[in-house]
Amino acid sequence: MDQRAPYALDVNIFKMQYIAIIGSVVLLVFILNLIRRKRIKEEYSLLWLFLSFVFILFSVWREGLDYISRLMGVAYPPAALFLILLMAIFMILIQFSIIISRQTENNKNLTQEHGLLKFEHENLKKRVEELEAKPKE
Amino acid sequence: METKLRALKPTKSSRQHQLQSHGVRTSDTLVIIPAYNEAWNITHLIKELKSKGKWDILVVDDASTDGTGRLAEKTNMAHVIRLPHNLGIGGSVQTGFKFANMHGYDYVIQVDGDGQHEVDQIDRLLKLVKLNKSDMVIGSRFNKHKRKANFRSSVTRRIGIKIFEWLSILLIKQRIKDSTSGFRAYNREAVKFLSRYYPVDYPEPEAIVLIGKNGFRISEVFTRMNPRKGGKSSLRKRGLFYMLKVSLGMIMTYLRPKSL
Repeated sequence: MDQRAPYALDVNIFKMQYIAIIGSVVLLVFILNLIRRKRIKEEYSLLWLFLSFVFILFSVWREGLDYISRLMGVAYPPAALFLILLMAIFMILIQFSIIISRQTENNKNLTQEHGLLKFEHENLKKRVEELEAKPKE
Repeated sequence: METKLRALKPTKSSRQHQLQSHGVRTSDTLVIIPAYNEAWNITHLIKELKSKGKWDILVVDDASTDGTGRLAEKTNMAHVIRLPHNLGIGGSVQTGFKFANMHGYDYVIQVDGDGQHEVDQIDRLLKLVKLNKSDMVIGSRFNKHKRKANFRSSVTRRIGIKIFEWLSILLIKQRIKDSTSGFRAYNREAVKFLSRYYPVDYPEPEAIVLIGKNGFRISEVFTRMNPRKGGKSSLRKRGLFYMLKVSLGMIMTYLRPKSL
């Protein structure tokens, strides 16, 4: 405890930990519920689920953060937390870019297919009309 | 009806296609016009094309807001595909390739909708493809001798075209002087390939790398161009962004495994 004194001051560090635990569990439940209600597809929720587990891990296991920060050579453990957080957000955003690109490609193909099929449909309709008109002549 | 169908029996060159074209294909050549808000010109262009050669015309109306598609249909000389929303030039042209592939055309010509490409020059493009000397022929604004012929442009654009020229030498070992030209002719194999893979946004220079890398033969012939009669160039005027995007696209196309 003493080693952390310079930045811990007299803040109740356990209170913060409770908030962190509650916060991460709420996040996990929130995401699970979104999947349950089919608001997020399972395949797109994996990263979020993984992240909320990471949050829970670090809010429960406080020494873990110290350990990680020492491992990364970061003097101030919360900074390590921010770094992990930032990397996580990057990962999710890159995943979004991938998904958007795929959607754009699919969308383009559908649009083209739609145009082509509409043409074929109009064309066949015209030909059927021609055929139906013929015997009456 | 019967006679019509008989006339449409696959020609020798397109025998591999047992598919029925249902009265769509009346020639072995298709002219694709990607058009976005070209109402001021499209009727004239279609009529001019129809008067100059025995080919089918396809207008791909890229969700125009000025009735381009309706005007094109009104001429009764062209097939018209109207896309439900705007795809950009690449998506429109590729729609044309898919159409050509579906209906078994042997040769495809791509002409800009703004009328800057001279219809008279199409035969010059087609010749090399029909002689089976080339799979894709580009109609170039650059003469072999004169550096620029009836072609004015901004400094950025000239730099861009120069960079694309270097990239073409570097990536496919062939000097393509006018890689942004959208005046092109293709044979069936090239069209079949491009109907599956075609870049979007600013596709012309990237398509060169894609085609060259996948073993197709490219040639470039000098073609006269009309000065723009009106309208506005929908692309190629975006300067630096365009240059970077296309350069990146060309390099990535080169680095990609074949036909991905």
